[in-house]
Amino acid sequence: MTPTKTTDLKADPSSTDEFIKGLWRENPVFVQVLGMCPTLAVSNSAINALAMGLATAFVLIMSNVLVSSLRNFIPKQVRIASYILIIATFVTMVDYAIQAISVDLHKNLGAFISLIVVNCLILSRAEAFASKNTIGKSALDALGMGLGFVFALFCLGAVREILGNASIFGITVFPESFQEWIIMILPAGGFFTLAFWLFLFNNYKLKKAKA
Amino acid sequence: MFSKTLHISTSPHIRQGMSTDMIMRNVVYAMLPLVVFSVVSFGLNALLVIITAVASSVLTEHALCRWSGKSSTVSDWSAVITGILLGLTLPPIFPLWMTFLGGVVSIAIGKFVFGGLGSNAFNPALVGRAFLQAAFPVAITTWHPSFLEGRFYSISKSVAAFPFSTPVVDGISGATPLSAFKFDKVTADTADLAFGFISGSTGETSAVLIILGGIYLAVRKMMNWRIPVAILTTVFVLSWILHIIDNQVYPSPEFMLFSGGLMLGAVFMATDMVGSPITPRGVVVYGVFIGLIVVVIRIWGGLPEGVMYAILLGNALTPHIDNLIRPRVYGTKKTKS
Repeated sequence: MTPTKTTDLKADPSSTDEFIKGLWRENPVFVQVLGMCPTLAVSNSAINALAMGLATAFVLIMSNVLVSSLRNFIPKQVRIASYILIIATFVTMVDYAIQAISVDLHKNLGAFISLIVVNCLILSRAEAFASKNTIGKSALDALGMGLGFVFALFCLGAVREILGNASIFGITVFPESFQEWIIMILPAGGFFTLAFWLFLFNNYKLKKAKA
Repeated sequence: MFSKTLHISTSPHIRQGMSTDMIMRNVVYAMLPLVVFSVVSFGLNALLVIITAVASSVLTEHALCRWSGKSSTVSDWSAVITGILLGLTLPPIFPLWMTFLGGVVSIAIGKFVFGGLGSNAFNPALVGRAFLQAAFPVAITTWHPSFLEGRFYSISKSVAAFPFSTPVVDGISGATPLSAFKFDKVTADTADLAFGFISGSTGETSAVLIILGGIYLAVRKMMNWRIPVAILTTVFVLSWILHIIDNQVYPSPEFMLFSGGLMLGAVFMATDMVGSPITPRGVVVYGVFIGLIVVVIRIWGGLPEGVMYAILLGNALTPHIDNLIRPRVYGTKKTKS
């Protein structure tokens, strides 16, 4: 509970909390288990995971800010359509930006860039947070959630690339004789790795709750 | 043992005296001839692979039980069975570190995360093997000829590969009858297939010993004989029809029956009490489904062998079969459907 209403963001303790919670306590992948489609599909290498995470984070931040600033103008009945329109605008921007930066990366991510539009993480933040909170808080919330998503995707991508391809960001980390675990870069490996990380997180939380 | 204390309990009052670990022990007895034969035909390599698989399964079971604060369930012998089955399904020169990993995956992911024995949806040994098949597709299809000279005192370089390193195959490798047929259209002699004078996974080669083990278990009523009979009949009938249609393209039914892991899978894996349906009719549906998938994968699929996937799919279907096919409750009227 905040004791007094204040407009100064830094003085408000709950503002920093809005940022921190997405990184850890309410991490979108490891705790809320949202946005599984890109998480499982394009986390087969560290660079793909990082690019996907950053693209999603960008869309999330921009759409949260815009939704929050328009929250008093959007009629309740058409809010979902409006959110999708806003999100789609930024996804189109990201799509072109990635194509401009690297065509190979764009090919690797494929349809999943366009599918950011329907990422339930972004829609849930717009509906559950941005439409009810100030622009500043929404931006911080989106930043926290976005970075939490990037962190989670990177965790998956790094493990899968190291075991499945013996490299990270394309740089070989193991000697020549290392036997790659092909399963890790196959879709099944995504499920195994996600389960492994969820297990670590839950185990950590349980231990903390007991202590 | 007769206790003089008055004992009050609900039914059943008459017990057969058959316990989990007794059944499991008998399954191990039924598999021992296979283990012996695999050591005779593939030598020291096969022995090491099977011992490693058993050791890693038992160790994982023990460690996980201890870790979750329960008493160890190693003594019910189920981890030993998982280990032996895993060992029997692997190629004889499979690297030991991969075998060990397979045992860990079998018990940890195939069984323990579901809640231990009785709660696992899939046959643990096959989960481990499916993991290995997807992770190391080259190593798991590197076969070794049987009855080589010097097999009792030399260890293949591949078996002794350093943990996490790529196995080096030392020159000698041989195709299994199924892969030879799939890729070169060469069929093997039925007698060789039946008695096991062929290449293949450590325990799948001798069909006769597998059938003997199955008969032992069926006679002692520790295995549902309907499952292997349903699977084998389906495979035989389907491949017989196909063979009549075109005997150049499709292999003979005897070849289909005695080659690959079909016998081993049908007798020792599909009959896993946890993963198979309960009712006699349900079991037949389950067996026919597995047989059908085996034929489809072998004849039209990209892989030479599909028993593993067929049984795993059958395990997945089991809860639905049990839901749809229920025994009529005694005293009630027959319902339609």
